[in-house]
Amino acid sequence: MIKIKAKDVDVFYGKKQALFNISLDIEENQVTALIGPSGCGKSTFLRCLNRMNDVIDICSVKGEILINDFNINDKGCDVVRLREKIGMVFQKPNPFPKTLYENVSYGPTIHGIAQSKQEMDEIVETSLKKAALWEEVKDRLHEPGTGLSGGQQQRLCIARAISVRPEVILMDEPCSALDPIATAQIEELIDELKKEHTIIIVTHSMAQAARVSQNTGFFHLGQLIEHGSTDKIFKNPDNKKTQDYITGRFG
Amino acid sequence: MNLILFTFIVLLGFTSYYFGRKKAYTIQSTKKRLTALPQFYGYYLAIWCAIPAFIIFSLWAIFEPTIVKLLVLNDYSNQGYLDDELNLIYEKTKALSRGQFTGEITPFIEASAEKYLSLRSIAQSSKVVIVLTIIIASVAYAYKRISSNSRTREPVEKFLNAVLFTASLAAILTTIGIVFSLIFQTIDFFKVIPLFDFVFGTHWYPAKAFVRDSSEALDPSMYSDTFGAVPIFAGTFFIAFIAMCVAIPIGLMSGIYLAEYASSKVRQYAKPLIEILAGIPTVVYGFFAALTVGPFLKELGTSMGLEVSAESALAAGGVMGIMIIPFISSLSDDVITSVPQSLRDGSYAMGATKSETIKRVIFPAALPGIVGSILLGVSRAIGETMIVVMASGLAANLTLNPLESTSTITAQIVVILIGDQAFGDPKTQAAFALGMSLFLVTLCLNIVALRVVKKYREKYE
Repeated sequence: MIKIKAKDVDVFYGKKQALFNISLDIEENQVTALIGPSGCGKSTFLRCLNRMNDVIDICSVKGEILINDFNINDKGCDVVRLREKIGMVFQKPNPFPKTLYENVSYGPTIHGIAQSKQEMDEIVETSLKKAALWEEVKDRLHEPGTGLSGGQQQRLCIARAISVRPEVILMDEPCSALDPIATAQIEELIDELKKEHTIIIVTHSMAQAARVSQNTGFFHLGQLIEHGSTDKIFKNPDNKKTQDYITGRFG
Repeated sequence: MNLILFTFIVLLGFTSYYFGRKKAYTIQSTKKRLTALPQFYGYYLAIWCAIPAFIIFSLWAIFEPTIVKLLVLNDYSNQGYLDDELNLIYEKTKALSRGQFTGEITPFIEASAEKYLSLRSIAQSSKVVIVLTIIIASVAYAYKRISSNSRTREPVEKFLNAVLFTASLAAILTTIGIVFSLIFQTIDFFKVIPLFDFVFGTHWYPAKAFVRDSSEALDPSMYSDTFGAVPIFAGTFFIAFIAMCVAIPIGLMSGIYLAEYASSKVRQYAKPLIEILAGIPTVVYGFFAALTVGPFLKELGTSMGLEVSAESALAAGGVMGIMIIPFISSLSDDVITSVPQSLRDGSYAMGATKSETIKRVIFPAALPGIVGSILLGVSRAIGETMIVVMASGLAANLTLNPLESTSTITAQIVVILIGDQAFGDPKTQAAFALGMSLFLVTLCLNIVALRVVKKYREKYE
């Protein structure tokens, strides 16, 4: 089933065009990897999906992005509700300078999801459990989140993102600041999370894309060169450029 | 004379720099590799010129007056003069030699003055000769010594290190000196006025101390109920409180607006405009408070049937608050701007609105810096003088009514030290005691500020 449908998306930074005519369908409850060399626009595309580009003054987005058949670039779109549905995990772990508990309860608080303290405790616990962090931190929920290791911080950010039960989780190179062990933990987690969430991950690591994703899109110079199932892209790409990038001949 | 010598030494320094570099170039041209860049050879020689010059100048400044005095007064030894009288004679001699002596000129003193002048000129010319000889000798020695593999970089770096160290030492020593002069005068003050009366007395009336005839003996009992500092401490904190009531909300809100809401264009113009407020001299604020705000408040109060003094704590505190706005707004703007963008992104990506992000993420992250800026504003408010002197009067009333006039520590120091004053008089020393208390208050504020900042400091990694 198609969860997100992007149609002819153009993105401009001031006068410079960063994305050209991107059309891409994203399958529900699967992991879609976006790969491509630095500066190719894959992160920009990712940020279109929860309208994070709104934060950048000079950035403008054209085209249609349908999520559940609703165009999020419409004037009527409520960005707060949109971002409740579409969570995001960033490249560098960015826990808030608050306690672990407050980090996870942040989303439910601002969206008024929990009715009672008890309910909130449950949300925090399930979110941390889903993020495979509960066992490590359950005794120090009221210590600052910034005191964790890099990998733990990133899992805390994932727990924060899933605390509001988003339908889609966007991940912007979530492992680039982590060591191989933490990376393996996150990848395992991604596999687990796709049962309940649709995941789109931007990554520089071809191996990671091959390991975690079912679908892959290859971006180059602001254009979507090719997309399809990960198997096909990695084993038998249609495009010469994709072939070259995957075999490491450029990029 | 000294100026010419000094200029000459500076020129000599430049010349030796030039020669040192030139020698380095010469060595380089023989295809030998130098141990340092040619400039270092130049600096090295210039230092060999500067250090001996500095040492000799300092020695001369220390010893020349003593030696000359000894030699001049040598004539008067064995004549049974006391030390004080000898000093007086020496002062007369010096005055005469400058042509500023007005008393009766005795032949003795005339002879001493001549001797003094001739000794001075001998000293001067020998100084020139000695300085120049030693400098030239030392530069020549160093010049001969430097070769392709001599170490020049390390000594130059060490010299710079020493110069920078001396500079910071000077600042620290000055601070210590000021604190000690405060402490000693304060101790003298508390010898006459009991500490208890000062800290807990509720009546401040230093003018009473004027009444004493200087020929009368010092009688501590007459100062009772004169130097009770409670009213002026209360006034200080009261006015500072009014000022912060104005400055904190406005400053903080404009800081948040500038950092988070304003477009870059608005920010580009608004920030310098707000900072202009900080550039207005406090005297100008003072007469703004005294001539505009004070009378306005009085009229406003009268029309509402309130008794308002033309010099009110409200006028002074309010204007002081306006003065402090730019400190708080500008500093908190900087602090908020320096909160990493990743935290904002994280919050927005959770679906938080701008105000939620500011309230829940950015403000807590920026809190240490904001508290710091507020405490800085408080110390400004407590130390501010001019506005209070001009707008809130000099009478130290013990009151919590913002519409009455009251006075502060700084304003009282001004009152005490304006006009004639005798050193060693309790009235003058009271100023030191006040200064000391002010210093202690600001010190405590700074310590508290540091503690707060440390405790709430968040790591962003």
